[in-house]
Amino acid sequence: MPLLDTRTPKEKYDVIVVGSGAAGGQTAYTLAMEGAKVLMLEAGRNYDPSTETPMFQTHAQAPLRGSSTPDKPFGFYDATVGGGWQVLGEPYTNASTDPKRQFSWWRARMLGGRTNHWGRISLRNGPYDFKPYSRDGLGFDWPIGYEDLEPYYDKVEMLIGVYGSNEGLENTPNSSPGVLQPPPRMRAGERYAKHHGAKLGVPVIPIHRAVLTRRLDAARIAARLHPKNPTAQRHLIDAMNMRAACFWATACGRGCSIRATYQSPTVHLPPALASGNLDILTDAMGYRVLMGEDGKAKGVSYIDRKDGQEKEVFARIVVLAASAAESVRMLLNSKSPRYANGVANSSGLVGKYIMDTVGAGLGGQIPALENLPLHNEDGAGGEHAYVPWWLYKEQRAGKLDFPRGYHIEFISGRQMPEMRTVAGLEWLTGGSYGRKFREDARRYYGSFLHFAGRGEMIPNDGSFCEIDPVVKDRWGIPVLRFHWQWSQHETRQAKHMQETARALIEAMGGRVRDQPKADGADAIEAGGKIIHEVGGTIMGADSKKSVTNQWCQTWDVKNLFVTDGGPFVSNADKNPTLTIMALAWRAADYMLEEMRRGNL
Amino acid sequence: MNSIPVRIDRRTAIKWMLTAAAATAASTGAARLRASPAAPVAAEGYGTDPNLVRDYKPGDLWPLTFSEAQRLTAATLCAVILPAQAPHPSAADLGVHDFIDEWISAPYPNQRDDRPVILQGLEWIEAEAQKRFGRSFPNLVRAERHAICDDICSVEKAAPEFSAPAIFFARFRDLTAGGYYTTPEGMKDIGYTGNLPQATFDGPAPDVLKRLGLV
Repeated sequence: MPLLDTRTPKEKYDVIVVGSGAAGGQTAYTLAMEGAKVLMLEAGRNYDPSTETPMFQTHAQAPLRGSSTPDKPFGFYDATVGGGWQVLGEPYTNASTDPKRQFSWWRARMLGGRTNHWGRISLRNGPYDFKPYSRDGLGFDWPIGYEDLEPYYDKVEMLIGVYGSNEGLENTPNSSPGVLQPPPRMRAGERYAKHHGAKLGVPVIPIHRAVLTRRLDAARIAARLHPKNPTAQRHLIDAMNMRAACFWATACGRGCSIRATYQSPTVHLPPALASGNLDILTDAMGYRVLMGEDGKAKGVSYIDRKDGQEKEVFARIVVLAASAAESVRMLLNSKSPRYANGVANSSGLVGKYIMDTVGAGLGGQIPALENLPLHNEDGAGGEHAYVPWWLYKEQRAGKLDFPRGYHIEFISGRQMPEMRTVAGLEWLTGGSYGRKFREDARRYYGSFLHFAGRGEMIPNDGSFCEIDPVVKDRWGIPVLRFHWQWSQHETRQAKHMQETARALIEAMGGRVRDQPKADGADAIEAGGKIIHEVGGTIMGADSKKSVTNQWCQTWDVKNLFVTDGGPFVSNADKNPTLTIMALAWRAADYMLEEMRRGNL
Repeated sequence: MNSIPVRIDRRTAIKWMLTAAAATAASTGAARLRASPAAPVAAEGYGTDPNLVRDYKPGDLWPLTFSEAQRLTAATLCAVILPAQAPHPSAADLGVHDFIDEWISAPYPNQRDDRPVILQGLEWIEAEAQKRFGRSFPNLVRAERHAICDDICSVEKAAPEFSAPAIFFARFRDLTAGGYYTTPEGMKDIGYTGNLPQATFDGPAPDVLKRLGLV
């Protein structure tokens, strides 16, 4: 990938974008394709999915059969480079020692960031999700509604390629005609769950994921995304033609060398680079926003990880897209006598209302799935089906003891064997070994289902991040200290998730291995574990009660934007990445328009 | 996530193993059961940016542990747990014992926890073979090996004196199965038919749907 490998940026850019993942990729794409000169800073190294992705490697080719280790927490073949729950020499801290009040922060140090390994689940927020306070009095409303973001959801889905179906369910929006790719057929266990879930009123429908099930119709999409811009169309068509459709093998978490899945380095960055308007500086760790005498941002300082020096780059507009918490860190570390609480923090809300997703689940074994005729279930390298939140009516009727909803993710069954596939079977086999064990392994392979609930957390005053007063990272940059607290809203929901999972398993004639926890606080995953960190620079209609406005523009500094998950006001059960991209595209359109008008 | 995670509490397992080793030493002669058969692991891990597309073999990244005798015992036990059964090779034929050596020699917490469980378990099984049959475990005949393994193959059903070796056996069986079923031969045996590029994904075949009552 042609990067700025001379390490000598131009004297001035229109826009500096800090971060190269979903937010940075989308922001830079929109700006560069429409003619703005962009410099992207990425803290990690360059990364080339076409040569570095372990596509067909079996676990037997990996150390420890590919098992999870502290160096590779999601397994050896997870695409993450230079990161995980810990980054060497770049710690973060937690204010509390209480195990239930910890926040875990997943970071990657690579071009494309976390988009390289993510699950590709691409769900739209629905109309309710933008006005949660109006509906139940909790949290805050967004300053925008679904109708403001709907066209951008369409655009992002066309650009990155998302499979799924339009089911017309409550608060689960349809995409516009011609936008979605066809969903793959459900696997055996997914169909079986759908069949038996229906008895419980639990709907199982095709999920939406950013994987191409057919090649993109490049010319049509390019014309729709960049009308009246034949140059941008040409670059996009060329980039889309480099992408193959899924060949129904290999897990998406490894990354995708054939570019069938969305990840920033194969989808957002190639056409933006081809435009000639984007320079990318890797190994450049964003540190501070540089402020001018006029109260505007004039650039960014970064640590050059090659030599450890702090360096400066300059632009008309600065965009932080470094991940919600990392962008907070930059704003707070930009403090100076004039900006004693950090930049863009007159509200005092920078770092407040950090949210993750509520996660809890339960697994079981389904006798009907034992000894099935051999068949290949690799599919699209991730889920084909899911359960959208379905209890709106019951919630309105006051029958649930928690607000907001969750969806359920699951995958069946005959995936590539790994260390845990045939582990811990004694509860089923009675301890067999020898020929009987071989039979048992065949029998039980593919008969397990795990239902993972993913639900909405309400922002609260006890969940935030700030600068640790003492600890600095290897570059001398003060690190973040997290405060975390789940409320009953979340823990009750987690308990409900486990009970639903048990009901589903039992409806399928299966049995759970572990019973649901009596207290949801024991069922819920620790903060950050779902890696849906959002908030910290929430948007709003009132500059005293929010950090950014509806354009992801900070109230205090008009040429400073945050386009990652930071401006999220709530964290609907829908996975945030698609919404991050839609918001980033909308913000970038606003920047382009304001530059044209001479306002920025 | 398509299967249930292992529920073995490794720290408990280690405690039990150490207790058991001491007890066995008292009953069978301390000379055979030196308490620490290997030094702790001091190697480095592969870091957070390893090359993902090369082939790794046991011993490539950190030094292995097994002595020749331990390796032979481990291979024998691998073949007891997954014996050859035409056309499928045994776990020992596929070198799964070397993978187990790689595992217990690794500089990571889970593997460090497994290390004493496996090493002391192998020591126990050798001592048990000597005690019962006066020969080493690899030199036993099938029925003799099974006589020992039958006593330790279930954590739940094992008699109290075998509770610690049963923890070892459960762990060793999980490692053997994991090592075996991740190989091309093991994947074929278990019925995994994927990891091949396909032009289309057609979903489950009619015979699968019929079995599930979905047609």
